[in-house]
Amino acid sequence: MAPISIDAAALLTSVQSIVPEIIVVATAIFVLLLDLAISEEKKHLLCGMGLLGIGVALFSVYALGQGRIEGFSGMIVHDGMGAFFDVVILSACALTFLMATGYSEWEGTHKGEFYSLILLSTSGMMFMAKGTDLMTVFLGLETLSIPIYVLVGFHRNRMSSLEGALKYFLLGAFASGFLLYGIALIYAVTGTTKIPVLATMLYDPRILASPLFLAGTGLLLVGFAFKVSLVPFHMWTPDAYEGAPTVVTAFMSAAVKAAAFAALIRVLLVALPGMQPVLWKVLWGLAVLTMTVGNLSALVQNNVKRLLAYSSIAHAGYILVGLVSGDVLGGQASLFYLLVYAFMNMGAFGVVMLIAQKEDEGYDIANLAGIGFKYPALGALLTLFLISLGGIPPTAGFVGKFYLFSAAVKNGYIWLAVIGVLNSAASIYYYLRMVVYMYMVTPDVEVAVPRPPRILFSMALCASAVVVVVLGIIPRSVLEIAERSVLSLLM
Amino acid sequence: MMDPSAYLLLSGILFGIGVAGVVVRKNVLIILMSVEIMLNAVNVAFIAVGSHLGDVTGSVFAFMVMTVAAAEAAVGLAILIAIFRLKETIDITELSVLKW
Repeated sequence: MAPISIDAAALLTSVQSIVPEIIVVATAIFVLLLDLAISEEKKHLLCGMGLLGIGVALFSVYALGQGRIEGFSGMIVHDGMGAFFDVVILSACALTFLMATGYSEWEGTHKGEFYSLILLSTSGMMFMAKGTDLMTVFLGLETLSIPIYVLVGFHRNRMSSLEGALKYFLLGAFASGFLLYGIALIYAVTGTTKIPVLATMLYDPRILASPLFLAGTGLLLVGFAFKVSLVPFHMWTPDAYEGAPTVVTAFMSAAVKAAAFAALIRVLLVALPGMQPVLWKVLWGLAVLTMTVGNLSALVQNNVKRLLAYSSIAHAGYILVGLVSGDVLGGQASLFYLLVYAFMNMGAFGVVMLIAQKEDEGYDIANLAGIGFKYPALGALLTLFLISLGGIPPTAGFVGKFYLFSAAVKNGYIWLAVIGVLNSAASIYYYLRMVVYMYMVTPDVEVAVPRPPRILFSMALCASAVVVVVLGIIPRSVLEIAERSVLSLLM
Repeated sequence: MMDPSAYLLLSGILFGIGVAGVVVRKNVLIILMSVEIMLNAVNVAFIAVGSHLGDVTGSVFAFMVMTVAAAEAAVGLAILIAIFRLKETIDITELSVLKW
């Protein structure tokens, strides 16, 4: 047998297309090894090294730009969309690390494996967002999920943490089974797993009408729906979010959602536009169910972490509204909202993390009573993030929702927009309920004393607040980048 | 090349058995085994189709699935052991600290 010749130039392009991922994985391994070499009191170095790695990776994304670089014979592509999601995911990861500086000290997660697992999961998300083959998407999904299962159960002595991890793991593995079977059926009908090739196959009406193909697409959607927690596949979300260490919850809610939506957008817009007439009804139903069930369940929650978990389900529904539209405008709105959501949600979790002194008991909503006037900075920040989540101007959350719903209206899905707006109005009740607790409820016992934040932690909160306000007032440039990203996908 | 439909039927039946196991059984170990059956059903489908089409993608995919299944099993069993140390049970109905 002749030896397989390696095309040096192609290999170089391939490596170039995954430079940010390589940097993240290298940092993860380095942090893990560094953990063995340094003494207990110098563990904060690990976090610093992680941040440095993320910074370099962000710079490499910037240096690669939005140009299209295909690698590994079409398995992965670095295009505008990949670059956009790399930035979203890396920023979420950076915010997590900044917050972890304080959290690790309080809760004892200053361990090499904690940081390295977060970095490995980040690399999986980036691969998932850039994968142009269902195989890469699947491998990215698993690379992101498996470290997250471990991170959710990181507090080995807290039953709630372990229980959340087990539920997440079982349902996650179950969902991977569905996703894989969907891919297998699609492969059986079309003979390919490459997303762009799939798109050309779908011009054949016989394939489109084949029941095996329809079943495959359905199963694939179920798999994705589990990961982005769409109702009725959301059962794991509140438990996993409540049980997980709060830093990890913040990371999951922002980054996992972004990565899973990135892959979903790629599959829906590139591979399946031919199925739009059938698919939009399904997505329409999922979006309405997700928004409504998420918001209604959040109304009755008294645990802040659980409340934010249900609110994150509702937000998955809003983002799906952009995908129902199925055009550039809708995709652009979804991308913008995912970016904004990452910052506002992580900011909210960050403040809540400071106010609750302990895992488990500290997250009762009554614990917020009286915080507003005693600690004005914390109160103001949390209020800002909450009104942005609720979609009140002049915050970025409002702009994001405005574009999502206007995309739906432009494409003729008026009822969807109406239901979305009504849901958004209902959600203001539970966001403002937290604000009311902070400013207007007198505490039964004395006001809870928040933990004094580390400098880096405050930086993370301020950065999120700045992004939320600035994108609320001048969203134009970011919206344009999002538009170019979606267009790069369709070329 | 051989006709894959019989193999696809087999994989469908295996997948159904796996799903039923996850939904019905209460013991976490058995649920884990059922998930493995689901993943192996996927492998059967991939290999049958790949060999029918004379395409290596199917076989390569099966290898990837096996690798991932091994990693998942390792993490799942680790979580299970941690739970057993705290609670001395692996019955899923008895794990109910978190509820709405």
